[in-house]
Order: sequence, then C-alpha cells, then structure tokens
Amino acid sequence: MADIFDSYTMARAWDEMFAAPGQPRPPYLSLFATLQPLSGNDLRFRADQLARVFTDRGVTFAYAGEERPFPLDLIPRIIDAAEWDTVTRAVRQRVTALELFLADVYGRGAVLDDGVVPRRLVTTSAHFHRSAFGINPANGVRVHISGVDLVRDEAGAFRVLEDNLRIPSGVSYVIENRRVMTQTLPTLFADARVSPVDDYPARLLAALRAAAPEGVADPCVVVLTPGVYNAAYFEHALLARLMGVELVEGRDLVCAGNRVRMRTTHGEQPVHVVYRRVDDDFLDPLHFRPDSVIGCPGIVNAARAGNVALANAVGNGVADDKLLYTYVPELIRYYLHEPPVIPNVETYRLDDDEVRHDVLDRLDTLVLKPVDGAGGKGIVIGPQADESTLDSLRAAVVADPRGWIAQRPVALSTSPTLIDDRVAPRHIDLRPFAINDGDEIWLLPGGLTRVALPEGALVVNSSQGGGSKDTWVLAAEPAASPTPLRGATGPVEVIPHDVAPADTGTGALEGQQ
Amino acid sequence: MLSRIAESLFWIGRYVERADDTARILDAFLARLLEDPWSDEDAACRSLLAILGVVATEERRLTAGDALDRLAFDATDPSSITGAVAAARENARGARETISSEMWECLNVTWHALSSRRRAAERLGPALFLNFVRERAAVLAGLAESTMSRDEGWRFLVLGRSLERADMTARLLSVQLLTSGGPGDWRTVLRACGADESFLRTHGGTLNPTRIVEFLTLDRLFPRSALHALTTAEQCLRELAPGTERAGVRDAARRPIGQARTRLEYADQTHLLDELPVHLRALQQACAACSAAVSARYFKHAAPVAWAREGGG
Repeated sequence: MADIFDSYTMARAWDEMFAAPGQPRPPYLSLFATLQPLSGNDLRFRADQLARVFTDRGVTFAYAGEERPFPLDLIPRIIDAAEWDTVTRAVRQRVTALELFLADVYGRGAVLDDGVVPRRLVTTSAHFHRSAFGINPANGVRVHISGVDLVRDEAGAFRVLEDNLRIPSGVSYVIENRRVMTQTLPTLFADARVSPVDDYPARLLAALRAAAPEGVADPCVVVLTPGVYNAAYFEHALLARLMGVELVEGRDLVCAGNRVRMRTTHGEQPVHVVYRRVDDDFLDPLHFRPDSVIGCPGIVNAARAGNVALANAVGNGVADDKLLYTYVPELIRYYLHEPPVIPNVETYRLDDDEVRHDVLDRLDTLVLKPVDGAGGKGIVIGPQADESTLDSLRAAVVADPRGWIAQRPVALSTSPTLIDDRVAPRHIDLRPFAINDGDEIWLLPGGLTRVALPEGALVVNSSQGGGSKDTWVLAAEPAASPTPLRGATGPVEVIPHDVAPADTGTGALEGQQ
Repeated sequence: MLSRIAESLFWIGRYVERADDTARILDAFLARLLEDPWSDEDAACRSLLAILGVVATEERRLTAGDALDRLAFDATDPSSITGAVAAARENARGARETISSEMWECLNVTWHALSSRRRAAERLGPALFLNFVRERAAVLAGLAESTMSRDEGWRFLVLGRSLERADMTARLLSVQLLTSGGPGDWRTVLRACGADESFLRTHGGTLNPTRIVEFLTLDRLFPRSALHALTTAEQCLRELAPGTERAGVRDAARRPIGQARTRLEYADQTHLLDELPVHLRALQQACAACSAAVSARYFKHAAPVAWAREGGG
C-alpha cells in the first residue's frame, strides 16, 4: 500500500518533519508512525471534518467580506522541549527589552540621549503618540500580551521576523485548534506528551487583574471589541467567554470625571481594566481619529488619571515599527547587557543613502516591507515580483525611505501539509504568545503556526490565503511529575446506578427488533 | 394516570438524563486525558468507571477504549449510554399512547442511530458519539417541554430527571474529592457538568475549588446544581401529593429530598469543602430513598424489589 509520505518531495528549505526523504526527525517519529498507514482519501475525509467542525463552531475569519472557516491542517507542527526553552528565553528577553524601551521613550528618553536609537526614528513613527506620555501603568506593564513572529531559516535556526506589541491576534485559533484536533483526531495524541494550551485564558485574566489601578481590590475587567464585523471578533468573544468577563463595544462604555463605566441593567458599573482590541487610532476620538465611532471618548484621559488600565498600552506601536525592529538587538544589549538569544533576519535600513542605493539596485533579490504594515499587506518579495511591481516599489521607496525596510528573503522552513489528497511541503512561521503580568513573562506552550497554502508562497497571513497548524510543544520530563498522577488516594467506593425493575433481568432488552 | 405509565415516564426521565450526563462526563474526562501530557490513563479510567457505578475487575491496565466500551457502548448495562438509551426507549414503547409521538420518535430514532454512530466514533473519535447523545437528549427535553401537558406524567418525567441529575453530580464530586485535583482537573469537573461557561460568567476565570464545589452543589440558578435539581424534584413531589398536614411531611418520598435540600441550602459555606463527603453521601442516600419511596407509593404493582444497592454502606 502506498503510504501518504511516499510521494512527499522536499522543498529547498529546512523541513520541519523530515531530515531527509523518509527520515523523520526524532520528535516526529510517533506522529509519522500514526499517519503513515493512512491513505490520502482518509486524510482528506478527516480534514473535511475538521473544516466542518470549525464552521459549526463559528471559528471563522472574514475573508473578502465572507465568513470562512480558518483552514487548519491536520498534520501538527512539533517543537521539542529543549528548542522551546530557547524560544521562551528569546521571547522573554525581547519583551523585557521592549518594555524597558517603551518606558524609556515615554519617560526620560535616555535611550535617545545615548544615541542608541535616533530620536528622529521615534518621532517620525506613525505609532508614536504624544498622548501616551504621562500614562504610567500601575504595575509598570505596557506589553501585557505580545506575539513575536519567528521563522526558521535554511539552516534550521530560528530568527525573529517581527514583533507585535499592539494587539497581536490568533491565540483563539491555538485554543480552538487543539480542542478540535483532540476531538477529531484523538489517535494522534495517544503516545505524545503534548503541553496543554488551555491555561491561556486564566493566565490572561490574572495578568489583566494584576494591571488594575492601585487600590482596586476586585477589579472589573472587560474586553473591548470593535464589533461583530471585525475580522477577529470570534477571538474577542472567545477570550471574553473563557475569562468570564464582559465583551463590550465602545457604545457600552461611558467616560465621566476620568472614570470609565459600562452601561448595565443595574446602572453604570465601574470598569478598571480594558483589554482593548481596538487600534490606538480608533480608541479615543478625543485624542486620535475624531471620526471613530467604535472608541470611547475620554478613555485615554481616564488611563492617564490612573483610573483605568489599558492593555496593551497606548503607543506601543513605536516599539514594533519595522524600522525599530532593526535596533532591537542593540536595545537588548543596551538594557540587558546580553546578546540576543535569537537573532533578527538580516535587514537594511533605507534612510542611509548608500544602503538605499545598493538596495534599489538589487530590489529583485530582496523582500521589502512597509514599516507600519500589518497582516502581510504591502510586502513585495523581489524574486517573485514582476518588473512593473518593482518599478512602482522603487518609486515608493525613493519617495518615502522611512516607510520601508529591506530584508534578505528567508526561505521559511516547510512542513508537510495536506493539499487536496496529497501531502506537500508548505512554508510556515511561528507566533508564540507571551503574557506579562508584571512578575513573570509567561509563554503559551505552542503558539500559532501559520502556513502559506499556495505552493511556494512565503506570506502566511490569513488575509493572504494562509492556514494554521496545531503546534505541539513536547513536555519536558519533569524531575517529579508536576501534577501528581491522577489516581485515587483511597479505594473508591462504587455505588451502582438505580435501575428500573424491569431491567434487572437481562432478558428484558431482547426482542427489540 | 396508570401506575405503569407513571413509572415509565419516571424512568425515561432518569435514563435519558443518565445518558446525557454520562456523555458529558466521558467527553470531559477523555478530552483531559488527551490534553494533559501527564495523565495516567489507567487511573483516570478507573475513576471514571467508579463515578459511573461500574466495578472494574480487570487486572490489566485500562485504556480509554475499555472505558468507552463499558460506559458508552455496552447495550446490556443500563449504566452505559447505549444501555440507558435502550432502556428509555423500551419504557417509551410501553407508554406510546401517553407520551407525544414526537417524543417516542425522538427516542426511537436515537436508539436506531446509536450503532452507526458507534461505528463512526470508532473510526473518527468518541466525540462524534458523545455529541450525538447530548444533542438527542436536548431534543427530547425540548420536545417534552413543548408537547407535554403539565400533568402528572410531566411531573414524573421531571422528577426522574432531577433525581438522576442530583445523583450524578454527587457521584462526580465524590470521585473528584478522592483523586488529586489540579486546576485542569477542576476545569474537567465543570465541563463534565456542562457548567464551565456558566461558572466563568458567574465567578470569573479563576478556578477556586471551593467556588466550584459551591457552584455545583449550592447554586440556586444553575440548572445542573444539586440544589437546583433537589428543589425541582421537591416541587414535583409536592404537586403530585399536595400536603395537607398541619405539621411535618408525611410523604416518604418528599421527606428525604426536603431534608437533603435543606441541609445543603443552609450549609455553612466556609466549611463546605471539609463537610462535602458527608453532604454527598447524604445526597446520594436521599436520592435512593426518594426513588424507593416513589416506587412504593405510586408504582405499587411493580415487581416487589424496585431498587437495589450493592456494595454501599
């Protein structure tokens, strides 16, 4: 019988599952053994089932104006414990440095005085907000939730692709993917020790409560959503539901006297922590776009007065600007006096005349990204672009060098992915989610693995035809099992069920044809 | 109404609730088994069997497959889902002229579909089977709600359902108390009672064991809490036999339920966790006593031994 991996041809990139054709890497051995006997048809059938469960559960995203199930590939991506430890240290380090940077930029400005980051870079960032000055978070945290995008290069080494410190999304898919996978493909999990992901909502709630203004013993936490038409509305609802907090829209909130309240059937109730999933620009029409109807006028002043905590803080975008990204390794050295655990992808700053000339000469060999783009919008991959695209790109870069960065194209690692009823390599990345509660930066074990479904594609965003994979972090063997094995501490007394009198004889159920 | 019909309705209520609760408990425990890398399959399966009143005699290590065979697919044992559905259908068949034809059809279709659902589950995972059972139980509850007159028959149906529900909650919690309980385990207990989301909305996302026990035993508003089930059962019994006594309650069926309900309702919440084993034992005994008294009073013509307890103290 032909097995599903026979026809798998490896791409010219690091393959996550196979070291060589037919030779799975050690963490994948048991998965390989489980999947191998299945036929393409069989896998297809299960994949369709996954999609149906997602549609039924409403795990969808808005694509071109319609609701689509988020494509989940049924072959998981596996990361072993040692490698996950590296990822954890790298993300902690990065988030710690960027927290210090934000506190500095919206405070004393030492990093600018010392010339580590040019002042011009900060002041020209679209996400640098003067209104964020003087908002001092009670527990010092500005980046409560972050997503640091990682990719693996040709040699198999992780590299940081970008930081997301504003409102990183996708964690709902991590939670739902695992839930649906365990329900639909329980056999895959049989021999694997996969770290659970269902702690996330409790951790998030704890971090949000920890961020509450001083003197509030039992803070009221809410999730602020732009509304049901937002692409990530499903995620907002899921998080609110799993945390057991209200999901509010701007119109449910009212600000008076620098305090935020929500309108309820029992009058206006105070709100202390807002996990806002509304962009800075739309958050408060008094400070940002005056035409925003999804924000809450006055909320920024309430935050400045210390009566409400915003998560994440206003103005974080200055630290995930893609040009600032090129300075992060230096920031890590400056604030933490240590080298970065995971390096950046080689990146060129275009505000330097010499570099820009060099880049413009070889646009067709580089990737160009707008510095404040999100969702993969505006990215031009030189080697795959046609002449007219490159020409207009050249003009755009000359007109606004501050607006772009250039990167070496990294052939992202590939992972076997079910395409129709065959398995083929597709490029993937990884977005681990980190929660900072002020004492500890905690990483959700796994994170979101996004996969670019079109052949050869390198952009993994869901808005560009991307899907996802369940991401398994294999649990390290603990010295002593952290939660004692579930077992009775004493003999369990078994009490049989009551049964109807007629049923006590076995003959009673016969003859029911 | 005929005693025989009343008895059938009482047992339809109990068996359908049993199938529903068993499906919920299995679903939650099996999911935990997959999601928690450190779970011990054998021990978890033995707990499960114990909760659901099945004695595990096997010496070898038990697997999730064994648990499913015994608790979901065993057609001969009314403690398993298939057995309970078959028994409910059998009772409905004997009462076809009384229950609405929609209810009969619902049970009949469910029973006929179980074997194909089982085959699908064996290929594609137990969730398929368990979700189906929960859905069908909900359909039956909805049909009863919208097609049955609120007469004696309705009260027997609801009484059976409520007693079974209180008993199941007591079972689940008493096993949980004996086994270790990390936060993941408590989440599983909430899920097994269908209470996870309701709990979160009421008490927020912090899983405090005392709060959880309180929610599942004492909550007045959550329909699957023991107190709510007892209150409903008591209400049914009062309507079946309105008391005219000046003092005391002469109804031997209502007395144990009323006592258990009052003991729970007025329990000191600060000691709830310590006193829980006592409460749970009393609760299970009250359910059994009530069930026996109901049989003795209303279903007199039935076989002389209406209920049996083995292994209990």
